[in-house]
Amino acid sequence: MFDGPEPIYVQITQMIRAQVLAGELAEEEQVMSTTQFATTFRINPATAAKAFAGLVEEGVLYKRRGVGMFVAPGARERLLGEHRQRYFEEVLGPALAQADLLDISTEDVVAYVLGNNGHRKPGSPDSSEES
Amino acid sequence: MTTPAPFGARLDDVVVHFGKRRTFNADGTMLTADASTALDGASVTFRPGVITGVLGRNGAGKTTMLSLLAAFTRPTSGTVVVGPEGHEEDPWENPWITSSTQLVRESGDMLNDEKVSSTLKYYADLRPGWDATTAERLLDVFEVDVRKKPAALSRGKRSALGATIGLASRAPLTILDEVYLGMDAPTRYAFYDELLADYAEHPRTILLSSHLVEEVERIFEDVVVIDRGRVLLAESAEEMQARGFSLTGPAAAVDRIANGRRVLHRQQLGGTVQVTLEGAPDDDERAAARDAGVEVGAVPVQDLFVRLTDPKGASR
Repeated sequence: MFDGPEPIYVQITQMIRAQVLAGELAEEEQVMSTTQFATTFRINPATAAKAFAGLVEEGVLYKRRGVGMFVAPGARERLLGEHRQRYFEEVLGPALAQADLLDISTEDVVAYVLGNNGHRKPGSPDSSEES
Repeated sequence: MTTPAPFGARLDDVVVHFGKRRTFNADGTMLTADASTALDGASVTFRPGVITGVLGRNGAGKTTMLSLLAAFTRPTSGTVVVGPEGHEEDPWENPWITSSTQLVRESGDMLNDEKVSSTLKYYADLRPGWDATTAERLLDVFEVDVRKKPAALSRGKRSALGATIGLASRAPLTILDEVYLGMDAPTRYAFYDELLADYAEHPRTILLSSHLVEEVERIFEDVVVIDRGRVLLAESAEEMQARGFSLTGPAAAVDRIANGRRVLHRQQLGGTVQVTLEGAPDDDERAAARDAGVEVGAVPVQDLFVRLTDPKGASR
């Protein structure tokens, strides 16, 4: 957990964003407190607090005084929009560059996407990584 | 009960010599020389309210530095100040500071020949913030029998008693000097959990020295590395983490991306190479790595620490 090259607070924000995107954290659902988060993942509470503060600023979470942090209404829609944008730049772009490198024609790529009967193949199980 | 303000601490060009060697010359004059130097011009600031990791190899001067803060030792030269922000004072023979500073040493500082409960009573009288309920609960968690004498406890149980004293004191400056010695893994992790939970509830300054860096690095907000009596670095754990990263993948691709960076370490297994590089990866490097199927990873603080304090290392 959290052993990527980014600062740990960045990795925490990525994890929570991914959970919101996947619907594991529903809108208006309460997220763990800084203390719970720190003890659960054995990290410094300041690190967790920094991550949460960033998510509040981004509008993914909001604070209810004296109660805790909740997923903001509309957070999932907003994140979906951002990620859709980035999908082409960060996922499909490099994949198509790789196809060019391997001399795979655009027709072949399109044929693969469409499948035999003109319907897109269901996504492979690992297609959701790199959120 | 109000929580007292956490203590900060500062060392300024501190030198500590231990012992003196005296030799008589033939003409009867005496020559004195210091037997050993524990700290050799150490300067550092410990931020109040923060958990700071104090790292250093054996004999680097960690324990001496921590003892200075608790006024167990006096500097030969230089200044040491401890206290709430803006009100730091010399801790030496200063009851206002020392009553609020709890240093847990490896030796434990316990009443060895009386029941554990006597040691607890001693610390309860000594520390204004002592929380007896917490002490009782922790001893239960660590399964320490209060009817036994510390001398009869195993090394791990004595350490658990030390950790209990450290946490239950709720001291504005709590110093835990290798308190984990002899604790088994489950007890150590229970200790880390209790430390974090108690700190989150009652914020205070905690200095934690450990050789088990991997286990504790994420608990730290700041890190101080001491090497041969001097402070090698003092910065946030985040900054320390950004001192290096690793690339793993096909040799040609890794070397291409790594080009222009200082390589701290290189390891090759067949066609796969792993390099540890100085600095943090920029966006271009990340993109290049993603396109080439090269994995970008973090370098554990432990590895950075080993490289930084390696006497044969390139860092000096």
